[in-house]
Amino acid sequence: MTPSSDIMLEMQRRMLRIRLFDERAAKMLMRGLIPGTIHTSIGQEAQVVGACMALREKDKLAGNHRSHGHPIGKGSALGPLMAELVGKAGGVCKGKGGSMHLADYAVGSLGESGVTGSSIPIAVGAALSAQVLGEDRVSMSFFGDGAANQGVLYESINLAAAWKLPVVFLCENNHYALSTPSRTVTSGKISDRAKGYGIPGVLVEDGQDVLKVYEAACTAVERARAGEGPSLVEVMTYRYREHAEGLRLTVDYRDAAEKQHWVSRDPLKLFRQELIDRGVADEAAMVAMEAEIAKEIDEAVKFSNASPYPEVKSAFEHLYTDPYEMEGAQ
Amino acid sequence: MSMMTYIAAIGAAQREAMAADKRVIIFGEDVEANVYGTTGGSKTRAEQGDFVQEFGRSRIRNTPIAEEAMVGTAIGAAMTGLRPIVDLSYSNFLYMAMDQFVNQAAKNRYMFGGQSSIPVVFRSAMFYGLNTAAHHSDRPYPMFMNVPGLKVVVPASASDAKGLLRTAVDSNDPVLIFEAVPLWGLKEEVDENEYRIPFGVARVRREGEDVTVVAISGCVPLALAAAEQVASTRGISAEVIDPRTLVPLDTKTILDSVRRTGRLIITEPAHRTCGAAAEIAAIVVEQAFEALRAPVLRVTAPDMQIPFSPVLEAELYPTADKIAAAITRVCSNKPFSADDPAKGAVP
Repeated sequence: MTPSSDIMLEMQRRMLRIRLFDERAAKMLMRGLIPGTIHTSIGQEAQVVGACMALREKDKLAGNHRSHGHPIGKGSALGPLMAELVGKAGGVCKGKGGSMHLADYAVGSLGESGVTGSSIPIAVGAALSAQVLGEDRVSMSFFGDGAANQGVLYESINLAAAWKLPVVFLCENNHYALSTPSRTVTSGKISDRAKGYGIPGVLVEDGQDVLKVYEAACTAVERARAGEGPSLVEVMTYRYREHAEGLRLTVDYRDAAEKQHWVSRDPLKLFRQELIDRGVADEAAMVAMEAEIAKEIDEAVKFSNASPYPEVKSAFEHLYTDPYEMEGAQ
Repeated sequence: MSMMTYIAAIGAAQREAMAADKRVIIFGEDVEANVYGTTGGSKTRAEQGDFVQEFGRSRIRNTPIAEEAMVGTAIGAAMTGLRPIVDLSYSNFLYMAMDQFVNQAAKNRYMFGGQSSIPVVFRSAMFYGLNTAAHHSDRPYPMFMNVPGLKVVVPASASDAKGLLRTAVDSNDPVLIFEAVPLWGLKEEVDENEYRIPFGVARVRREGEDVTVVAISGCVPLALAAAEQVASTRGISAEVIDPRTLVPLDTKTILDSVRRTGRLIITEPAHRTCGAAAEIAAIVVEQAFEALRAPVLRVTAPDMQIPFSPVLEAELYPTADKIAAAITRVCSNKPFSADDPAKGAVP
């Protein structure tokens, strides 16, 4: 199941977008241009893009605090995402959500969640509406190895499996919940847990290979679309940077050799070489693509810079669809 | 018009909403078998009017006992085109899904800058006063008043229950309806035609001149009985107001009334601290202090868990006598002392 050249080039393009967007955002946070905190997807691009590319335009996704990759992987415009990180009125959430609560309904991104595991049943609900309304769409829930120990995941898998809902549970196993190694708090393999619910559980050992992730995600998405119910896909990957930008831990909880192993398997470098080896692109085409994406990031920052900060009164908007005068809002 | 019980009115509203809009679905524990009497024409499955037969298994579904997934799934479904009604049965069970209520239902529209609307109704019943003890007797609606983004509805009569539920289903925001089980069997004239009761509009259940009694949920009939009692025994004219919805709250009707009567009592079945009564008292003191001729009194449940033994439980809730005593107290001309009034429901 080799995807077309166009799809493969688009994979590399989206992985580059995530990498360069997050590198720029990390710099901006360090310079105080982005308030709060951000969690980058650097190192996990193949896992994110391989999964998102298995989805169609109308398909939905719900994500987590490591949040920028999902909407970018689904095709979001970068300018409003960057403006959201900065807290501008032109942000995709009008400056209300920030990095951890991105959502872009234009591309089916129903929202990232700052609370671990909290968005999982949201994706299940989107699958329920598709089933009841007879709409041909699938939803995908992204959660990490940390969230895989939340009870809500298993309530959600059980419900989705019992109702044969078109949803894919995609575990982004980057081996650490902040500083806690997954192996020390997680019993057994996460993907094996699917067996207990009578659904397929798939482990993608090499989550740095975008084609391997894509293949597993496509199988799960097709099964969901065919009305056969959910699957659990666990993708092994690694984040290259700290849990959150600006976080300084005195204990080095990650082994240097382990880290080096994963860094040597940089998903962008691997796939760049593969595209050249397969004759899909040449060196010049890759350089051109990298320049094109770098320009997109510059444009996104320009968009953010040009956007005003929101008016303070907008803090009182968007709570309800039909606002009413509330006590204390004067 | 026909006489209908509170519980039958809820069932009627659900039937209307299901018939009117295919996007409305009902799910929860035991809804297919109509265990609580709101998803069928009768308690017997075979009889005419069963929701499963009428609307099909796609739109009425039993769920696993998994409140967090149930509530979250309803939110996600509401964000993507459905208008679910979730039957959570006992109000205590809401706690199992607090993350979904507080972090998803209440926040998603706001956090995402208005991209989503979340038209979902969460029904639950407060089974207090029925010897079901601490895990089945809570009246937790004030907790949810403290969560911006949720609407909180507390119907106290059959006709209100029907009209408010229809408005809840029409609402594009998450609505929590807390039904009072002690009221389930109470009958009222109910319009068989479709109608809606707007949120944020209180119902003046009894007009009066001397004291305003704001009564919530199961305390409404008790306050009406107390008003009759003080009228006949002491000639006191009490106005009884049912806010019907606590978020949004019709502060104008309450303030206008207090400005006329100069006295306020609030009675509710919830705990005392940070209850709806406390909030209403604060609003009135802030905005109509000059009109007050006596301290504001609350008649509530005390800050105590609900014990099992009927002998113990019965003492904890407001009664008509306790409300009547509070009315008498604020209408007397005796000066108030610290230990005298405002002891709430504790005798």
